[in-house]
Amino acid sequence: MTPVITTNRLTKRFGDFVATDSLTFSVNQGEIFGFLGANGAGKTTAMRMLCGLSLPSSGDATIAGFDVYKQTEDIKKNIGYMSQKFSLYEDLTVLENIRFFGGIYGLNNRQIREKCDALINRLGMEDETGKLVASLPLGWKQKLSFSVAVLHDPKIVFLDEPTGGVDPVTRRQFWDLIYEAAARGVTIFVTTHYMDEAEYCNRISIMVDGKIEALDTPGNLKRQFRSESMDDVFYQLARKARRGD
Amino acid sequence: MKQFLAFVRKEFAHVIRDRKTLLILFGMPVVQILIFGFALTNEVKNTSILIVDHAKDVASQQLITKIEASQYFEVQRSILSPHEINKAFQEGVVKVAVVFPVGFNESLKHENSASVQLLADASDPNTATTLTNYLGAIVEDFQSANNELNGTPYNISTETRMLYNPQLQGAHNFVPGVMALVLMLVCVMMTAVSIVREKETGTMEILLVSPFKPLLVIVSKAVPYLLLSLINVISILLLSVFVLDLPVKGSIILLFAESILFIITCLTMGIFISVKTSSQQVAMLISLMGMLLPTILFSGFMFPIENMPVALQIFSNVVPAKWFYIIVKSIMIKGMGFGGIWKESLILCLITLFLLVVSLKSFKIRLS
Repeated sequence: MTPVITTNRLTKRFGDFVATDSLTFSVNQGEIFGFLGANGAGKTTAMRMLCGLSLPSSGDATIAGFDVYKQTEDIKKNIGYMSQKFSLYEDLTVLENIRFFGGIYGLNNRQIREKCDALINRLGMEDETGKLVASLPLGWKQKLSFSVAVLHDPKIVFLDEPTGGVDPVTRRQFWDLIYEAAARGVTIFVTTHYMDEAEYCNRISIMVDGKIEALDTPGNLKRQFRSESMDDVFYQLARKARRGD
Repeated sequence: MKQFLAFVRKEFAHVIRDRKTLLILFGMPVVQILIFGFALTNEVKNTSILIVDHAKDVASQQLITKIEASQYFEVQRSILSPHEINKAFQEGVVKVAVVFPVGFNESLKHENSASVQLLADASDPNTATTLTNYLGAIVEDFQSANNELNGTPYNISTETRMLYNPQLQGAHNFVPGVMALVLMLVCVMMTAVSIVREKETGTMEILLVSPFKPLLVIVSKAVPYLLLSLINVISILLLSVFVLDLPVKGSIILLFAESILFIITCLTMGIFISVKTSSQQVAMLISLMGMLLPTILFSGFMFPIENMPVALQIFSNVVPAKWFYIIVKSIMIKGMGFGGIWKESLILCLITLFLLVVSLKSFKIRLS
């Protein structure tokens, strides 16, 4: 198993406030890694550092073998990202969105056409390619959004609460897409507030007040905290938090 | 480069999809030019007219009767001395005068042609133009009516003299003003809003995570508006040349080059606003209040800057539209070359550079 994300005492401070405190963990290739924590625990800050959007205050991290301080450009080429806010252009058509994101990741026209066909085929959206994204139901938007995030075959894809507001059936379908991507060797780094989704992950970490308090497979965590469900594990850890929203 | 093109294409798709905004963008300059051009031309009625009849013959009398009969003019008095004419104009008693030369009838009968002189107070150029046009029409009417009657065609020419303001400056000063206004509106507001929209919808984050350079994001956002604005410049110039009869006296190429410079200034201003704000409403409000209002107030287009308090005069120097207004006026109306406007151009360049540096700095800060 080759690690594609490794961090060592990764810390970010904003003035006196320590947003993430000495994070040390590693994620292997093809793994689905759940990154849990209450609101304000520091998940987003950590994720921004891993994506090369913000520089750490101290500590080290490498993403797909590239250093977060010096090689942010290389990191960006090798990752995909889907944010909690829906992240396609509503006033563009499905096809235009795909072409645009293919274009800014430097795919050539032939690659874009092939990927585009495969993607639309996979999602069963043949009849919707010319429709504005705004007119699609939320579930389809999310699935499309994820497919666009992995369009350029990134090594790692970061998903920031990708299924907010989506019904359970669509969420299930969404996770099917995630499993398919993981099976192709894409590493999935996902934050979520849904504990059933946490169960889908290979391993999860739970952050409390900027620190990682627990990191293991869902099964091991439940045993460790003597709980029936992930809900309970999360609650036991998260209620210790001093920081709130 | 390919990435850049993909981005620009997407920006155009945004613009074209938004039909309503597009209509406003292209309709606005047309409407403004037409409104300023025609609505400001007041309908004149019962204007006092001075008749200076050196001829005192049948023909002049007939023409005077015709002028009197029209609803536009009220014959004030007939005087002869040039001094009195001047005085009447200076006191503002009359706005327009008709001067018949000695032997008006004679030259009509024998030479088949004669001329009358029209004098107008051009300190109010719009009214002066309208009045002389009306008079010209009456004279022409008189001439054609007589020609039908007499059989021998004759010709009365009118010589118009615009007093005080022979070039009628001020009449079309609004064209450069509207140009500054429209470019300001399109570039500053649209750019600011379109960048801030990416922040609001969260797509900016996606763009920043992608290998696409942040600086290029900004540049490719600006490109469509640069082109749209150029189309606006062209449509304003076409309207002013073909509808308002205001020719461009100076070099068209220079005018376009300066317009591009001003457009870039506006774009950087839009970028500056977008970097400093995070919601579309705020961006729009700042563009309107912070940019559009000063443009109208301090460009010299509606209110003369020389009459303002010193503090405001000094402030007007940081309003880019003021400099662009001077540049366009110089090229279009006075026909000046680059030699006459290099100072203003330099100032615009400096403002642009300043805004660019400041916004790039804050843009970087936001990223980390």
